[in-house]
Amino acid sequence: MIELAGVTKVFHEGRHNALVALDGIDLTIPEGRITVLQGPSGSGKTTLLTVIACLSRPTAGRVRVAGEVVSNLPEAFLADVRRRTFGVVFQQFHLVAGLSARTNVMLPAYPTGRSHADIAGRAGGLLDRLGLARLAEERVEGLSGGEQQRVAIARALINDPRVVVADEPTANLDSALSADFLGILAGLRDEGRTVIMSSHDPRVCQASVVDRVVHLLDGKLAA
Amino acid sequence: MRAWINRQSLLIDYTLSSLGRHGGRNLGLFAVYAGIVFVLASTMLFTHAIRREAKALLAHSPEVLLLKLKAGRHAYLTRADLDGLGRLRGVSKVEGRRWGYFFDSLAGANYTLMAPSAGSPDRGRIDVGDGVARTRGLAAGDTLSLRSAAGGLHAFTVGRVFSAESSLIAADLVLMNPSDWEAFFQLPDDVFTDAALSVVNPLEVKNVARKISDRLPEARVILREEVLRTYDSLFDWREGVLLALASMAAAAFGILAWSKASGLSADERREIGILKAIGWDTRDVLTMKLWEGALISGGAFAVGFLVAWAHVFHFEAALIAPVLKGWSVLYPRFILTPSIDAASLLTLGLLTILPYTLATLVPAWRAAATDPDQVMRGTE
Repeated sequence: MIELAGVTKVFHEGRHNALVALDGIDLTIPEGRITVLQGPSGSGKTTLLTVIACLSRPTAGRVRVAGEVVSNLPEAFLADVRRRTFGVVFQQFHLVAGLSARTNVMLPAYPTGRSHADIAGRAGGLLDRLGLARLAEERVEGLSGGEQQRVAIARALINDPRVVVADEPTANLDSALSADFLGILAGLRDEGRTVIMSSHDPRVCQASVVDRVVHLLDGKLAA
Repeated sequence: MRAWINRQSLLIDYTLSSLGRHGGRNLGLFAVYAGIVFVLASTMLFTHAIRREAKALLAHSPEVLLLKLKAGRHAYLTRADLDGLGRLRGVSKVEGRRWGYFFDSLAGANYTLMAPSAGSPDRGRIDVGDGVARTRGLAAGDTLSLRSAAGGLHAFTVGRVFSAESSLIAADLVLMNPSDWEAFFQLPDDVFTDAALSVVNPLEVKNVARKISDRLPEARVILREEVLRTYDSLFDWREGVLLALASMAAAAFGILAWSKASGLSADERREIGILKAIGWDTRDVLTMKLWEGALISGGAFAVGFLVAWAHVFHFEAALIAPVLKGWSVLYPRFILTPSIDAASLLTLGLLTILPYTLATLVPAWRAAATDPDQVMRGTE
């Protein structure tokens, strides 16, 4: 379970252009469910996701992951929590150009101390599961948007995370690919993983696989 | 331990792929870096080897040389002078040497004409160093005509040409029969250019030198260790000049490398952000950057040093020898014995590898210490 209490995030704090992106968010996200953060552009969805996934720290408030307060952990511990707990799929995928699909998938596991063969084997299995086995050695910049996204999903799963976080995952996909993607997320949930994603796409929010929709507006939870 | 090795191996793997992805820029940097190391290492290797060579050669030279001076000018020693020196306590052997310089206007070069006391060529024959042979195109059996001080032309038949291995000491040497030497320079048979003295106890060399100075106050006594020190000073000075010039190039490169290494491009910052977002921590990023700096600077150092080694010990240091050897028509041609001065190598290594490696760490630390979402948004 992930719990947020009074989470506030201010960019450029103390400057004339200070921006309150999140304003006192109290939220509990249950395990093993698909939760969607919905809201218009600028509502704070992505910022909230980054705070949940330990990619950034809240300016104020507290974040608990599985009962452990993570919002004030030193960087080294926070990175460890991030690596063990979360797998992130970015809106722009953020794959490393010039590397193969397999290498991109392997990257999060490089610092774990596992052997190359072990990691490569697991990466191959994930790519196979996502229908990309034949593209494993292709450079990612040569793949289509849908293929890149599946590489990003495989990468998010390489360390076997309990929580998968996806930022606007269907924004760059057509209807068919969006449906495929939601199917993949449903499969992850069925494995017992928690899925949290942001979206302003009504098709996602209304999809049957989604367990809960959280509405955000101007950095606050909307009714 | 196994996990640590796996981690380092994969981080190096990623570093190599990262270097490959920015191949053009890194290759240029690598080449300039290796070039600087090449010049610095060539200079160090050459001067160290030639000093070592000089030391080895001088080990077989007389412990004390004596030049007689009169009114501050060079004067000839007589047989009576040598007899007197031989009677000094501590002196085991005195050998009068007969040599003189000859300027060959045809070649524009100076030769050293010497009449050895033992093993000299027959009358009318000479043995020449390979520098003389090269300059005048001589081989055994050829004739070399030299105009003497009196203006007469003296023709000599070349008996043998000294091998290139002895070039460092014999390049400009012409050995001739003592009678020919006397006739050529028009000097009597009881005068000597200088004297070479051997001492019974090498630890007493300075005492013997003092006794000689007492006996011949105007004489100039030259100890072997002084010759060695002069060589050291000479090559220290020349090495210093070259290193000073090379250091300017190194400084210019340092500025280039610092600006490259200390400033991360937007792509590099974004990449660090991605790595952190997918689970790498600051330590992982810094280790990767450390490997990057070490691979570039260490690799360039290794390549520059190995090329310098080949340049100095296999290609006669062709690019820097004219500066370090000094000007001469009769350049001795010789292959130096390979040797490394460990302290110089370590200093060069530290001065080239450490600064670049550290320069790559600072900006990476700044980028890696920022929250990954900020790095990716470019708002850090």
